[in-house]
Amino acid sequence: MQEATAQPGSSPDLEPRVYKTSSELKKRLWRNKLLYVMLIPGVLYFLVFKYIPMYGMIIAFQDYKPYQGITGSDWVGMKHFSRLFTEPDFLNILMNTLILFGMNILIYFPIPIILALMLNEMRGNLFKRLFQTLFYLPHFMSWVIVVSISFVMVTMDGGIINELLAYFGFEKINFLLAPGWFRPMYILQVIWREAGWGTIIYLASIAAIDPGLYEAARMDGAGRLRQVWHITLPAIRGVIITLFILKIGSVLDLGFEHVYLLLNSMNREVAEIIDTYVYTAGLRQGQFSYSTAIGFFKSIVGLIMVVSVNKVSKKMGEEGVY
Amino acid sequence: MVEDRTIGGRIFSIINFTLLALIALITVLPFVHVVAGSFTTSAEIAANKFVLIPKVWSLEAYKFIFSTNTIFKAMGVSIGVTLIGTLFSMLITSLMAYGLSRRDLDGRNVVNFMVVFTMLFHGGMIPTFLVVKELGLIDSYAALILPSAISAFNLIILKNFFQNIPEGLEESAKIDGCNDFGILFKIVLPLSMPAIATISLFYAVTYWNTYMSAILYLDNSAKWPIQVLLRQIVVLASGMDHSSTLDAAVPPPDQTIKMAVIVVATIPILMVYPFLQKHFAKGAMLGSMKG
Repeated sequence: MQEATAQPGSSPDLEPRVYKTSSELKKRLWRNKLLYVMLIPGVLYFLVFKYIPMYGMIIAFQDYKPYQGITGSDWVGMKHFSRLFTEPDFLNILMNTLILFGMNILIYFPIPIILALMLNEMRGNLFKRLFQTLFYLPHFMSWVIVVSISFVMVTMDGGIINELLAYFGFEKINFLLAPGWFRPMYILQVIWREAGWGTIIYLASIAAIDPGLYEAARMDGAGRLRQVWHITLPAIRGVIITLFILKIGSVLDLGFEHVYLLLNSMNREVAEIIDTYVYTAGLRQGQFSYSTAIGFFKSIVGLIMVVSVNKVSKKMGEEGVY
Repeated sequence: MVEDRTIGGRIFSIINFTLLALIALITVLPFVHVVAGSFTTSAEIAANKFVLIPKVWSLEAYKFIFSTNTIFKAMGVSIGVTLIGTLFSMLITSLMAYGLSRRDLDGRNVVNFMVVFTMLFHGGMIPTFLVVKELGLIDSYAALILPSAISAFNLIILKNFFQNIPEGLEESAKIDGCNDFGILFKIVLPLSMPAIATISLFYAVTYWNTYMSAILYLDNSAKWPIQVLLRQIVVLASGMDHSSTLDAAVPPPDQTIKMAVIVVATIPILMVYPFLQKHFAKGAMLGSMKG
């Protein structure tokens, strides 16, 4: 320890150190042997469950047969990828995925920002905390619970929504089977579960704003809305952009569970997305290589999106994600 | 912020409060409806649809769902997976986070990059499934834990938290003859309780909510955790797919019974949440600001 702190001019972090002799390095490695032991389980986890699957993606270029394994299966080049873009099914699924993603960006994304601004303008601390507690709660419920609650509410036989519709003289609606209701239900569930939780990060960055700015604005006669518009919003611009980049990066990655739970034979036309299709085609129908190719396509698009949006935001003078 | 006493400011406050109160109501009402519905009789639901406090209280639905041991069994699986999984995840996450938090560790940047890269790019469902299968984990409870044992996000939160602990403390412990394991368990972890509580909650919730791993890796329905059972009882029975796995001859379960199963599947979160809420708000902010 003492050696580490006594090294002249070497900052204790980040900067890679240059060692005069390899024995010095060896000494350091040996002294930290217990730290390396601590890293072993975690590194093993990432290797086995994250990096071996990345290697496993090469079956997208094979006709993978489970009993022949990766080494024994035939190579077929881009066959599965070219199937992707000629399969009308896939194009429909890609469209469905993009539409749900668009709804996430246009409808869901601004809501936590607005909610955080509203919460920040609340003066009573007790109610502010109570509201926050209530807003966060749905995030901890699984998609199964969220979908179940809404199914119980909208079901035809005795669901409260349909009973209310009937009470006010409207026709009952079969929300679960009507393809037209899939997308509204999907986005409402996303908002209900995530909007409150999404405020945390915005509230944290609002808390870091210098109160003096508001003081000065008030001196200049700015009302509450003007203060929000000219001080709070610009101050959290960086965070908004960072979260936006992350969101863009997940363009094809809407998550499997939620949509899978809403999916049925009647709404398949609008509800099938890439993730559910990978599951059906891959595990249900045993088309391992084809669905791995779809997954590959998805991961690559995600990576390209994050990298390029990050670049654009840096060009515009904003901080990126990395 | 300073109290704003102008008329405009007051009107603004009133409108803002009212809107937020409405949103809070919308957030909790669906769940209150389900809880209330689970504690009444099906006759009461049929007669009086939109009450939030039942006129007739009844444990009928709960008696029914616990009359067979299917739900008990599924609860047991979920509780076991949650307890063991959370402990295991916390252990290996803390070990790794502590190692990575030590600035004098050669090679930490390589491992750091290895972790962050998995957040940007991943092998996907099928290759991961094949790994789990090759390891012989299909139909074992370990398949619900091992493949998602470390969350890169949680790891980074914890690492950042450990990094903020003054290095002097660790050094003096070392002089007193403590090794790295001693420092982690006797000094760093006790000093990191807010972060530990937060991350434990995140892991526990994830394990309790395990659904996807279960349908991917468990073929044997006797091993299903509560979330998968909930789907069978509520989602598949809600007049969706008549061609689905559920036997068409069995009549769909009653509203009250569905509601009771939802409540049972949610209770543990409702119990844990108030205790840890204070911690996680702090911990999550810390993590999200730096993560």
